[in-house]
Amino acid sequence: MTNLDVSPNRTPTPTPPPKSPIERGAPRVSKLGPVAWGQKNLFNSWFNSILTVVLLLLIGNFVIGTLLWVFSEAQWAVVTDNFGQFMSGLYPPEAYWRIWSMLGIIFLMAGLTWGLLARHQKKLLNQPVLIGLGAIALFAVVLPLTQPHVLNLIVCLGLLVGMALAGQVIGRKIPMAAQLISLGWFLSYFAVLYLLNGGEVRASFLYLVSRVVLSLLVGWQLSQRVSIPALPPWLTKIGLFAAGVVITYLILWYLPYTIPGLDFGIDNVRTSKWGGLTLTLLLAVSGIVLCFPLGILLALGRRSKLPVLRGFSVAYIELIRGVPLISILFMGQVLIPLFLPEGTRPDRIVRAVIGLTMFSAAYLAENIRAGLQAIPQGQTEAAQSLGLNKTLTTLLIVLPQAIKIAIPAIVGQFISLFQDTTLLSIVGLLEMLKMTRNLLVGASYSGDYVEAFLFIALIYWIFCYAMSYGSQRIEAALNTDLR
Amino acid sequence: MVQKTAKPLPRFKALLRDERFWQVALQIIVFIAVVATFYYLYGNLKAKGQAEFDLGFLQNTAGFPMSDNILGYQPTNSYAKIMQAGVINSFRVVIVGIILATIVGITAGVASFSTNWLLQKISRVYVGLMRNVPLLLQLIFWYTAVFRATPNADNQIVFPDEALSWVVISNKGIRLPGPSFPNELWVGIILLVLALLLGGLLWRSANMFRLGRFGAGIGGWLSRGVNVAIIVAVVITDYFLLFSNSAEDRLYFTGAVPAFVGSPQGLWVLALMGLAAGLVYVWKLRTQAMLTRGEDGNLLLGMMGAIALATAAIIIFAFGWKTPVIVPNGAEGGLPITMEYAAVVTGLTFYTGAFIAEIVRAGIQSVSRGQWEAARSLGLSNSKAMQLVVFPQSLQVIIPPLNSEFANLAKNSSLAIAVGYQDLYSVAYTSLNQSGRAIEVIAVMMGTYLLINLLISINMNQLNAVFQVKGR
Repeated sequence: MTNLDVSPNRTPTPTPPPKSPIERGAPRVSKLGPVAWGQKNLFNSWFNSILTVVLLLLIGNFVIGTLLWVFSEAQWAVVTDNFGQFMSGLYPPEAYWRIWSMLGIIFLMAGLTWGLLARHQKKLLNQPVLIGLGAIALFAVVLPLTQPHVLNLIVCLGLLVGMALAGQVIGRKIPMAAQLISLGWFLSYFAVLYLLNGGEVRASFLYLVSRVVLSLLVGWQLSQRVSIPALPPWLTKIGLFAAGVVITYLILWYLPYTIPGLDFGIDNVRTSKWGGLTLTLLLAVSGIVLCFPLGILLALGRRSKLPVLRGFSVAYIELIRGVPLISILFMGQVLIPLFLPEGTRPDRIVRAVIGLTMFSAAYLAENIRAGLQAIPQGQTEAAQSLGLNKTLTTLLIVLPQAIKIAIPAIVGQFISLFQDTTLLSIVGLLEMLKMTRNLLVGASYSGDYVEAFLFIALIYWIFCYAMSYGSQRIEAALNTDLR
Repeated sequence: MVQKTAKPLPRFKALLRDERFWQVALQIIVFIAVVATFYYLYGNLKAKGQAEFDLGFLQNTAGFPMSDNILGYQPTNSYAKIMQAGVINSFRVVIVGIILATIVGITAGVASFSTNWLLQKISRVYVGLMRNVPLLLQLIFWYTAVFRATPNADNQIVFPDEALSWVVISNKGIRLPGPSFPNELWVGIILLVLALLLGGLLWRSANMFRLGRFGAGIGGWLSRGVNVAIIVAVVITDYFLLFSNSAEDRLYFTGAVPAFVGSPQGLWVLALMGLAAGLVYVWKLRTQAMLTRGEDGNLLLGMMGAIALATAAIIIFAFGWKTPVIVPNGAEGGLPITMEYAAVVTGLTFYTGAFIAEIVRAGIQSVSRGQWEAARSLGLSNSKAMQLVVFPQSLQVIIPPLNSEFANLAKNSSLAIAVGYQDLYSVAYTSLNQSGRAIEVIAVMMGTYLLINLLISINMNQLNAVFQVKGR
């Protein structure tokens, strides 16, 4: 629980004064011996005894059979030969370094975030964390599956730990750094997209987003630091901000095209080659992140007293929640090209992301609505008595608290979205399940479906279990009511 | 009274700061934006010549086969017919899935409170496993690794032996004992309905006894039931009339139903329904009299037992159950279940069952500890305490979230396409590819799923009303 401790000023509870021996504390817990424990928990009645014996026989049979199968009969070649395809689809093997760099960026950001959030913690690498990291490293070295990539995995783990330690130092020296985490994740999302897609740097989304961010920063700094006495202050601020943004943006836009030699980049990999776990994760993350603007607006709309806003929000939410996801994804694939002007036909993956976003926005809206309902009226009244208007009250007081309350539900939603990306295999995207089914069509592995399905089931299970475990930790860490 | 002012600017500024102005303006802006977006999308659609919404194509010949349907659909029938067959297939999955998932879920949820440590842990492992693996993967696994991995017809599995052959399993499908629907079945169905009605009444009376007072009254109950019946009837009739242009379906609702009501059987049905309504009223008076006289409820219990036995007898004898018959290279008769159907139902059952188990667990945990302790101190055993005291009280917490779980099951049933079971979604998908009428097909499909969800929601609200504790 200590890793994500965001409330450093929690005071330890004072130790109570010693009491007399008779009334001290809870009753003593006596430890049962193994025989007594078995009698209490397994053989406490004739029915339970029979049940235990039957269950033990069944479980024993099942476990032994499974173990025998796993270690002698099963043909694991389908997994070991095609590990790359499970992980990244038809992505060209000579470009696997790009997948590894993506992983590197993610681990780097994760480490940095960890370090910055836990900057007040005395010892970052305590015993359970060290044991966990050690176990992962051990698996990477021992498992035959990951052995070829052992160096890369160790580098990634090293990045995680190194950046966490660095993040702690940075966080202590520059407190503002913690506020830049979201910006960092935002930019690394586009960096990851660029690595996956390739193409010229100057024409990429990454560069577009970076120059927007950079010009906004320049404009803001300009308006904060420069003053022109001849003009009224509000005009100066707005004028300088606008001028800074526009000029910086234009310079950054045109510069790479005017200076020769800036047309460098990496090879473009077409989206039909993307696949495997990489695509699964990309789709899930895009779906949950992109649905936030729409989801929050819908939640506010549904809570609004204005009939038009509420009507539209309710209609959208109930319509989307009333139909299966697969029909929305299918609609995305079929109807989006029909409804757009002639000649515009978004990429298949973009259409899938639009479908996922529309779907998860409705569910996110309901989660956030639950959060909004949990905020006591007193918060709004207190904000209004401070003189905040309705917009500011919502933005600064109500929404942040509501989202914080909704975080466990949102993580749950992300887990189910992660599982739901398998539905895209029905509309033909090469995510992990479709990749597996394609592999099994070939004659060489046609009988090995149990092995392949068990392998990806294990991957899904590990991810989902880890996320729900993490969500419980976050929930505990964010629970600021505990005092 | 609006006065003319010399300085319009301050008024304008005041307007901008007026909340009421913004409330109206915001709504107008949003309305215009939404309408404009739709208009723009519609314009694009029109430019491609796809804008006219015409359900007439539903009369055209569908032309693709459907292996597993109970409507007798043939490839020469219309799109409307195959859509109906698809809806019925979806309903077959959803209804059976809901019943089985509820049984599995309640069993697993209750098992997590067992005093047997092993059983507890198995329940937890089951839930943790099912919830963290995607449903689609589970469905495909059930289909390919379990149901399709069965031996072929030459080596089919027969249970218990060749002579009795209750269950026959091969990779062609599963055969169970099934009803043979004799011609006199309508008598059985009427008796069954009557038995259910009487059972409901007796249960109601028993509740009156238990509480020692009269509830909302049987009239209120009937009106609730009639409400549901009307909604269901309207929904189904509308569906068939709107989306089926085939003559025989229209005939069914415009000709066959009145004809049935006018026929001797129909008159019997009407008479029996009238009789039932009379019984309702008489029974209410009788129970009131029993209560005021202070009689005990043993008569009621006996009658409930008799009704249960009668129901079982009707189900056994009226439907003409027959076991499958072994023939060379396979089996015939009985109730055939395709492997696709089996895989979809099994997958949905175990997946949804895990979620229901969590709901049940939370519900049981919500019952206060004192109830357990009170029950134990009355001398009830652990299982009796669960059955009689704790579980009934947890129902009012369990039922509302079950509604959304059942709705999820209905929506998830659309994944049947992945194993080749032809449900509504699968049929709509093929119809769209063949006819090219994207908007119409998607509208019909989504509308139908909305209706299914609406039906589930209505029924669950009724159920919820029963179990909510009143006046505490």
